[in-house]
Amino acid sequence: MTQTEPRNDWETVIGLEIHAQLATRSKIFSGASTAYGAPPNAQASLIDLGFPGVLPVLNGEAVRMAVRFGLAIGARIARHSVFARKNYFYPDLPKGYQISQYELPVVAQGTLDIVLDDGSTKRIGITRAHLEEDAGKSLHEGLGKLTGVDLNRAGTPLIEIVSEPDMRSAKEAVAYMKKVHTLVRYLEICDGNMQEGSFRCDANVSVRRRGSDKLGTRAEIKNINSFRFVEKAIQYEVARQIELIESGGKVVQETRLYDPDKGETRSMRTKEEANDYRYFPDPDLLPLALDEAFIEGVRKSLPELPDEKAARFSSQYGLSPYDAGVLTASRELADYYEEVVRAVPREPKLAANWVMGELAAVLNKDNLEIGSGKMPAARLAGLLTRIADQTISGKIAKEVFEGMWAGGESADAIIESKGLKQITDTGAIERAIEEVMAKNPGQLADYRAGKDKLFGFFVGQVMKATQGKANPAQLNELLKKKLPG
Amino acid sequence: MYDFALFFSFLFPPMSLTRAQIESIAHLARLELEPAEIPVYQESLSRIIDLVGQLDRADTAGAAPMAHPLAGLTQRLRPDAITEQDRHQLYQANAPQVAAGLYLVPKVIE
Amino acid sequence: MSHRNSLTELAIGLRAKKFSSVELVRAYLQRIETSQPALNAFISVTGTQALEAAAAADRDLAAGRGGALAGVPIAHKDLFCTAGVRTTCGSRMLDNFVSPYDATVVAKLKAAGAVTLGKLNMDEFAMGSSNETSYFGPVRNPWNPDFVPGGSSGGSAAAVAARLVPGATATDTGGSIRQPAALCGITGIKPTYGRVSRYGMIAFASSLDQGGVLTTSAADAALMLREMAGFDPNDSTSVDTPVPDYVAALDAPLAGVKIGLIKEFVDEGLDRENERRIREALAVLERMGATLREVSLPNLPLSVPAYYVVAPAECSSNLARYDGVRFGHRCKEPRDLLDLYRRSRGEGFGSEVKRRIMTGTYVLSAGYYDAYYLKAQRVRQLIAADFKRAFGEVDVLVGPTSPTAAFRIGAKTADPITMYLNDIYTIGANLAGLPALSVPCGFVDGLPVGLQIVGPHFAEARILNVAHRYQLETDWHRKTPERFA
Repeated sequence: MTQTEPRNDWETVIGLEIHAQLATRSKIFSGASTAYGAPPNAQASLIDLGFPGVLPVLNGEAVRMAVRFGLAIGARIARHSVFARKNYFYPDLPKGYQISQYELPVVAQGTLDIVLDDGSTKRIGITRAHLEEDAGKSLHEGLGKLTGVDLNRAGTPLIEIVSEPDMRSAKEAVAYMKKVHTLVRYLEICDGNMQEGSFRCDANVSVRRRGSDKLGTRAEIKNINSFRFVEKAIQYEVARQIELIESGGKVVQETRLYDPDKGETRSMRTKEEANDYRYFPDPDLLPLALDEAFIEGVRKSLPELPDEKAARFSSQYGLSPYDAGVLTASRELADYYEEVVRAVPREPKLAANWVMGELAAVLNKDNLEIGSGKMPAARLAGLLTRIADQTISGKIAKEVFEGMWAGGESADAIIESKGLKQITDTGAIERAIEEVMAKNPGQLADYRAGKDKLFGFFVGQVMKATQGKANPAQLNELLKKKLPG
Repeated sequence: MYDFALFFSFLFPPMSLTRAQIESIAHLARLELEPAEIPVYQESLSRIIDLVGQLDRADTAGAAPMAHPLAGLTQRLRPDAITEQDRHQLYQANAPQVAAGLYLVPKVIE
Repeated sequence: MSHRNSLTELAIGLRAKKFSSVELVRAYLQRIETSQPALNAFISVTGTQALEAAAAADRDLAAGRGGALAGVPIAHKDLFCTAGVRTTCGSRMLDNFVSPYDATVVAKLKAAGAVTLGKLNMDEFAMGSSNETSYFGPVRNPWNPDFVPGGSSGGSAAAVAARLVPGATATDTGGSIRQPAALCGITGIKPTYGRVSRYGMIAFASSLDQGGVLTTSAADAALMLREMAGFDPNDSTSVDTPVPDYVAALDAPLAGVKIGLIKEFVDEGLDRENERRIREALAVLERMGATLREVSLPNLPLSVPAYYVVAPAECSSNLARYDGVRFGHRCKEPRDLLDLYRRSRGEGFGSEVKRRIMTGTYVLSAGYYDAYYLKAQRVRQLIAADFKRAFGEVDVLVGPTSPTAAFRIGAKTADPITMYLNDIYTIGANLAGLPALSVPCGFVDGLPVGLQIVGPHFAEARILNVAHRYQLETDWHRKTPERFA
């Protein structure tokens, strides 16, 4: 059952809940470290362990990060917000309650624009974003009939971002998720590392007959940790729900897990009846009051946001919205691009093509990030300078680039050592043309007889004879002059 | 003759909480109760609920809920500093069952 | 120097090197051992550590160092976490719990030089008014062993009344310091909410709990409270205002002080003989220059219902951490996780604790939150407003501490409501977060009666002053039960 698009009489309604771990040094309510990968329970303080008598104290940086996010999505920042206890029993929840926010979250209604496949923009509503603490981890493997609990993660600050059910397809959901991912990394509030669990997504999916304004019963798909899985899980779930309804069944409101190996969603047996969380304001914490000075302080620290940056790239560098979007997908990439352009200021489009093309391809192949430093911006700029000043052709440049990537040398060093300078001397090119014409009398005759296609053949031959170094534009011009005879 | 059930209900007014409610509350609170104890808790909890039902009498229009006795105080923010070290051995001295630093519980199936 | 001396006298005597802390501690440890079968005031006696601490205090005193309580023996209610020492909360659930850290109160008193002799018996998890719910057996009233000492700080009160320690820490959530003080003929003070740190003070009801002291006089209470109180960054509800020198403020004359007798406290529930003792005490205050009037706080009768929503609600959540996973009682051979939770908690908690957890779970549950919890918090606002209005007319409020003197062990255990009504006069101060104390003011049938004095927020100095002046004019506070004289 793998339909990628629901039939036209059905409409899909999707809302996403994203949990992003905030990149603070210490936990939201205790001074234990949040660093990933420590031995079990080495970073669980008495507060994180919920020992008798301990009390929570709020990390100011977590608050600042949440406010930064709220400002970036144009949301209202609550001047007064309240921490509430969400009560339930689970081994990875040491106090038997999670400190979260319920009726009064720190960030209220905001929006985020996403770009769809057809290039159009869609505005997705964000209902709220609030602060809460993460739970620990349960390990079920290798302990026989037991489960092991590691509370290092317990108390790590989270921001829970709840979207309106505004998305209408798996692709829109992925675009939104990617946009949030980009934004939290731009804001430096979350490292976005989905393998390590710093960025997690739950999808609420329902279907309804097209034209209906009532929402169907939704299923919640939990803890999907890659963009690809989100798309597949939603597609599977939509198809499952449609088939279920069409065969006379009813969608049950439940929590489901995505199984990437089988490519399907499964009901979670142990998350039993709807939990009564008995939310109430946490009496160990006082109301969080944020004044204008605090909020303005955070606003001043905001970096240029992705949308603003993309718009600026478009106008400043003459790039298409699509290209601007690609180049601003991360701050590192955008900063890299701008460093290149600063060195080759008259060639923004050339720089864009190379960053998005050749560079992206080798990074991808070697599984590296732009920040890996394997191709410093200055070195790439050196190559582009030689294309711009006609020392080498674009085609030769590709060869040079390969050498640069493999050996780490500069463009000039490779051009020199391999003697790849472009031939721009008219006389030299003419001589090469004459040689080729002499060596290929048959094709020459055919060309002169009207086989225009053979022009390419001569271009190729002259290029071969000059090891690709003939300036293509001049070559073209001279061939046009000489071939007809 | 007498409506015995009605007569009985005057002597023993129905309790505010049913047995099923007690069982449901005990489950939410993860408390195992002996079957013989359930009616005892049913009775005492019902009386407590009756006691607190007196709150209905109060005219609280205009009174905001008071979560903290000292009005106007707000949450202090602490600096983002690491102030704790690894003391898991000390902390786990109290643990009923640990192995390789992990707290152990009967297996949870997800 | 002996157990007949007050805490203040002992502190002075130690500093004047009239005797050593080691001698003093030895003498008290002997008294404790002798009395334990009769009173059962202590759960743990830390004789070895006490003697070591006493020796260290003697060294400090010899060198002219040491804090205000250097060498003075005290004991802690067994819900203050004491590092390396068993801390049980009077419960089977924590029977084997050795705290890895010191409560802030414990640390502060240690820093002041006080020597801890042990941990005092209490109602389980501070829930009770008679010290009959302790897993370690009931505490007996030193005035008559067939009678209760009051609760939940029954062990602390009995120990001080029997002169087993000159001062003891205790906690008060609905009257648990004041009521045992009244029933045992001693002085007990509950400070303003936020005055004393709750860090390490095992929580019952977070917005009501306050740590305080039980001593034989207001002067002693002033000294001990001064050393215990103060801002603690580990407690978000701790208030950052300086601690006045309560001792220096004790002697101000009472002329012109306006005293208000709470009209609603002289009701059908108040035993007539008790009422006579109260009125006699008020007459003394008038003779000393205070002016007395009657003040009405019409919402006060709603204190008990409001309390029995809020306190159980908060405790149901605070006690969720006791689950047999990281510390505390675990049932044998749990079949699965649910069984682990249900049986560990079912076995670990006594019936009063279970009753309150269930009450709290109910009033917070879906559909009942507004009608009970929110309603109770609104009533709380009304009660606080009543107090505020009253303090606009008078400087302090007075009334009985308890409706009757001590009652027989077992007399009120059949019906929880009967037990709850013991707190009818004390609960209001907890709901409003006000400082309040009880001083002995006479006897009824050989059992002590207490006078309650309540002040506005942070007026500990004022109420201690009124209490101290009263104690200069009377000698009820000097009376000792014959067996322990």
